[in-house]
Amino acid sequence: MAGPLYSIPGSTAAPPATVAVEADAASAGALESARTVGAVLAQTQAGAVMDELDRDLVGLAPVKARIREIAALLVIDKLRLNLGLSATSPTLHMSFVGNPGTGKTTVALRMATILHRLGYVRKGHLVAVTRDDLVGQYIGHTAPKTKEVLKKAMGGVLFIDEAYYLYRPENERDYGQEAIEILLQVMENQRDDLVVILAGYKDRMETFFQSNPGFRSRIAHHVDFPDYEAGDLLNIAERMLGEQHYHFGPGAREAFVEYLDRRLRQPQFANARSVRNALERARLRQASRLFSEPDRELTSDDLTTISESDIRASRVFGAPLSHEK
Amino acid sequence: MMTNPTGRITQGQFSFLPDLTDAEIALQIEYGLARNYAWSVEYTDDPHPRNTYWEMYGMPMFDLKDAAGVITELQACRSTFPEHYIRLVAFDSTRGIESVAMSFIVNRPKQEPGFGLVRMEARSREIRYTVHSYATDRPENERGGR
Repeated sequence: MAGPLYSIPGSTAAPPATVAVEADAASAGALESARTVGAVLAQTQAGAVMDELDRDLVGLAPVKARIREIAALLVIDKLRLNLGLSATSPTLHMSFVGNPGTGKTTVALRMATILHRLGYVRKGHLVAVTRDDLVGQYIGHTAPKTKEVLKKAMGGVLFIDEAYYLYRPENERDYGQEAIEILLQVMENQRDDLVVILAGYKDRMETFFQSNPGFRSRIAHHVDFPDYEAGDLLNIAERMLGEQHYHFGPGAREAFVEYLDRRLRQPQFANARSVRNALERARLRQASRLFSEPDRELTSDDLTTISESDIRASRVFGAPLSHEK
Repeated sequence: MMTNPTGRITQGQFSFLPDLTDAEIALQIEYGLARNYAWSVEYTDDPHPRNTYWEMYGMPMFDLKDAAGVITELQACRSTFPEHYIRLVAFDSTRGIESVAMSFIVNRPKQEPGFGLVRMEARSREIRYTVHSYATDRPENERGGR
């Protein structure tokens, strides 16, 4: 008879017989014995996520290249580890800088999946926060708040949007500094438990890093998100419409190109986000156009077409071109 | 002496087993998180069996995805109260259950004081019994770490 699987505390009985944990080891074993890049990619399916990234996101060539580089580094690290070479866990904290609407959050979400597939974060979820979620309103409120967010993000990715708001140099008693200190400490000591991604506009992030050298030195990867070209924006618009089962009617596409051209020259253009809002407004106008003819029988084509007039009715066409507010 | 022969109090889950390692504790936490339990860390210097409500160390942790968060909090509690009893409690918030689903001790003092049996003579020489925790004989600020 095999020995018991328990022991009574304080007694000198034999320690519990080791229960085989092979079931778990078997699935992990294949990754551990991988010797080629292809094997790691096949095992982790990280390649599939990267291809998806290429396919689903328009433009952003430099970002995609950076992410491929980072992924390549992680795959090679895995292979090194399998051969018993240096086992220091890499620093994966990143900063995403770029103008509004350039896809920082979307890419962060994909990044979380890639890191999860490669085994660098255990759960692969993304917790997106801003200053309000980290910084409290009175003394002693900030630390528990920040720690709570960090605990929620553990095993995944913490995405801090507009990170520069954490640091307010004009107010020396601002509680943001406290949140920064806790963040830095966790970023350093619990690198295995979570990955922090800071995001924001380029120039303000620069000043933020300059006044917080601790952050700069703890972040390994700085990824720049360029603005979209007009062609990319049109492509994005068509994808957005496609997802919602709409399409441009005759002349509408050209009208939208013209719209983008005018809108790009106006201030506060938020790239893909502005495109989405423009399309939302076009849908609204399409709906009220159809609504005004209560007796007409509507075909599916009527319901899915954004006509030229829906686009042309935009305020942007009314504004004089050269005039800027 | 009211304590069991091993000199260790046996309350909650796994208390007849040797102390769980941190890896084993993490596995238990993962099990609870997979069932959407909210974990919290509690400590006390008086492990009397009728002392149901221990002191809370921080808030219960809702919406966690990974055991690392709970382990972090547990380590902080251990370094603050090394000589106290510390337990992890999992709360199941499902409508109609709304109660503690798991609870186990994760830290004990090196010397567990144990319990004594107190006899009180009542009317007509009737004897009333109760359990007394030796830990409470010392003043509060001398019990264990703090």
